[in-house]
Amino acid sequence: MDENNVEIKEFLEFVYTFYKSMKDAKVELVYEGEITHQITKAFTSLTETNMQLTEESNNTQKKVFHVMIECLQNIGKHADPMNPEDFNKDGRGVFVLCKNETEYTITTGNIIQKHKVDEIGSSLDNINSLDKEGLKQLYKHQIKEGRLSNKGGAGLGFIDIAKKTGNKIHFHFAPINDDFSFMVLTSTITR
Amino acid sequence: MEVIKIVGTDDTPSVTLDVANEIFEISGRSLPEDVAAFYEPILDWIERYSEEASGKTVFNFKLVYFNTASSKMILDILLKLEEMYESGKDVMIRWHYPEDDEDMEEAGEEYSDIVEVPFEQISYPLD
Repeated sequence: MDENNVEIKEFLEFVYTFYKSMKDAKVELVYEGEITHQITKAFTSLTETNMQLTEESNNTQKKVFHVMIECLQNIGKHADPMNPEDFNKDGRGVFVLCKNETEYTITTGNIIQKHKVDEIGSSLDNINSLDKEGLKQLYKHQIKEGRLSNKGGAGLGFIDIAKKTGNKIHFHFAPINDDFSFMVLTSTITR
Repeated sequence: MEVIKIVGTDDTPSVTLDVANEIFEISGRSLPEDVAAFYEPILDWIERYSEEASGKTVFNFKLVYFNTASSKMILDILLKLEEMYESGKDVMIRWHYPEDDEDMEEAGEEYSDIVEVPFEQISYPLD
């Protein structure tokens, strides 16, 4: 086999391994790329249709829809471009929706400027430390005091996800270089 | 005043602001691509209306879904109505929620805690 054929074969094997990993992790939907408003609408509508077909409870459907919207809009509005030319484009990142017998998990990953890591991390730690009543108070405080950012974010997304799901938000920051980190967030909706 | 009549879509709510027929209502789904652009004309309208309002204003919210960016704009509307109420106008909010939707009910409770204006919660059955 020449070198080109070896490469193709490796790639085909990679696709199969990738497929198996997705099945093992019970991935329902996975995407990497720019998160536009159209993408957000398409993914939520597709997921709604699937949940209706599988007769998921109304309550779970609403929560999954809600968390998907907030997570996708978070990437679209807050992912930072590594290339300054992409500054005015919608943010890009990876989106993964998994479903098993007991829960849905919604995971997003995107690049952020490194200097934001501490602030986002401590804000998430704070949210995770609060109970239902504490989250309610924080939500009320933020909706009153917060201002809509120029990208249309209200700073309420994480608080609302924690409040609506009743579960902790798991997160991880992986350093990319001196200026950027990769942020991964997972929200869980109990079925 | 001019009538505002916006037909809802899968990501924007229906809005009717009609003084002559005494209809003030926002209903449906709210997750517009650009929340500020969608809600600004509505806030401007209420601002102008608040100066000339003479009768009773019953403002109905009948939302089935709104994202967090919209929740901020909804509060801005409520704050304008609160200002109206504080200046002596007859204002009331009716917050309608589907009977099985605890989150929407709770959202109404939270808003009523934040603004000082007569606030009624009304559940309605689903079809």
